[in-house]
Amino acid sequence: MTAPLLAVEGLTRNFGGLRAVDDLHFEMTRGEVVGLLGPNGSGKTTVLNLISGALRPDRGSVRLLGRELVGQPAFRIARLGVARTFQLVRVFATMSVRENIAAGFAFGARPRFGRAARAEIDALVTRVGLAGRGDQVAHELTYIDQKRLELARALALAPTLLLLDEWLAGLNQVELAAAIDLLDALRSETLTILLVEHVMDAIRALCDRCVVMNAGARIAAGTPADVLLDPAVVTAYLGADDA
Amino acid sequence: MALGAIGLLMLAFAPVFANSYVVALLINLLLYAVLATAWGLFSGTTGYVSLATVSFFGVGSYAVAVLAERLPWPIVLLVAAVIGALLALLVGLATLRLAGIVFVIFTFGLSELVRQVVTWYEAKIAGSVGRYVFLDVTPAVIYWQLLALAIVVLLFGTWVARSRLGFALRLIGEDEAAARHCGVDTTRAKLVMFSASSVFMVLAGAIVAPRWTYIDAAIAFNPLVSFQVVVMALLGGAGRVYGPLLGVVPVVLLFEVFIKYFPNHFSIVLGLVFLVIVYLLPRGVIGLVPRARAANIEPA
Repeated sequence: MTAPLLAVEGLTRNFGGLRAVDDLHFEMTRGEVVGLLGPNGSGKTTVLNLISGALRPDRGSVRLLGRELVGQPAFRIARLGVARTFQLVRVFATMSVRENIAAGFAFGARPRFGRAARAEIDALVTRVGLAGRGDQVAHELTYIDQKRLELARALALAPTLLLLDEWLAGLNQVELAAAIDLLDALRSETLTILLVEHVMDAIRALCDRCVVMNAGARIAAGTPADVLLDPAVVTAYLGADDA
Repeated sequence: MALGAIGLLMLAFAPVFANSYVVALLINLLLYAVLATAWGLFSGTTGYVSLATVSFFGVGSYAVAVLAERLPWPIVLLVAAVIGALLALLVGLATLRLAGIVFVIFTFGLSELVRQVVTWYEAKIAGSVGRYVFLDVTPAVIYWQLLALAIVVLLFGTWVARSRLGFALRLIGEDEAAARHCGVDTTRAKLVMFSASSVFMVLAGAIVAPRWTYIDAAIAFNPLVSFQVVVMALLGGAGRVYGPLLGVVPVVLLFEVFIKYFPNHFSIVLGLVFLVIVYLLPRGVIGLVPRARAANIEPA
């Protein structure tokens, strides 16, 4: 049996007296799209921060293709193939669309800079739907276009694992449909995606499996249809029956 | 290009024609041109505002005061540069994890610490207050060395701005966390450029040291120098290599006037100038250029 693409075991992180992530475990196989669900404050974003190296766990391990990520600095984890977006969009605001994407190409596992990256940058600009806007300054873009740009920057790293933190939040219905199509197209390219998401339509459309958290701990895992009917999940979201 | 060449030629031959006052003024201009440009290399791109400029400048001056009579001049410069680079690495490792205002205060505290340590060492161990620098160097030679250093720092800055390292530093200035997740080794990039920028400051301090004849810690580590460099760089626009240069010329000339007419209120006037710059030209003189162009496209 081959090693899973991502193996998370015993992952724990406290903030002072608050246990944000509590002994979390899950695995992902190559090409899978997994949704990380849970009510607000259940620790989903913290999990992405722990995997990507923005934070260090107190305990536990995160292995990418058998290689331990815990303890490595964020830049090295990025070079090892983990790219991410942020819950609140973080583009390089005063730089152009091209320069933003160039940032993803310039420092990855196989760095390309300047002329060597130009064709690939243009291809990515088009692929995320920003064709013709390459020279626009990032802060002038609309919210969804900034999200597209952040995705393009992440894809420029040629990641094996892509972490999306509420990438679909705050979009209107038309934008949402377009955004789901864009992610769906990525899936067919054997990219493995872990997404934190609240938008149920997107979860049903995109996710092969879901892991549900509450108060930092895993409370359910399985196909989207199954976990959304799980009594523990319903209780976590809606509260216990008062009866 | 031709204009630049003519300008450079005029600068190169200035000490031959100009009187001693003009040469002194030009030395001052070049000194601050080097310091402000070097400051911009690191602080302008990353947004880490350093007030440690004078520490490195002073270390350069002291290296000359201690070593100049024992070693040939090029070796003195080399030793000063090495000491400066080591000090910068040490300071960088200690401070570059700090961000924003904490970094600013720490660098200021550091330069005060260096000044006090030198004062203490001179008084308790060397057994004096200051040192004499007796070197047979004419102002013209100091001028030419500074001119060469200014050219090198500008060329170096231009080269860095086009390099991957320069790109990494700009990304750090934009959003350091996002840069890290793009694979940028931010600590290394900052350390490299902080050290490089410090070496230029050390060399500037070493080259002008013979002009003073006598130095003590209060002269060589005068914190006002650090503040003046920030004012000049911000006035010119620290985001680009040639930006700080645009601030150096007016501020140095202005200071000449202030010292003549307001010798007792110099700090107050400096503070006012600083306020005016921040309010009126947040992006510096160089920031006016793209803004004017953008205004043509979108009248808003």
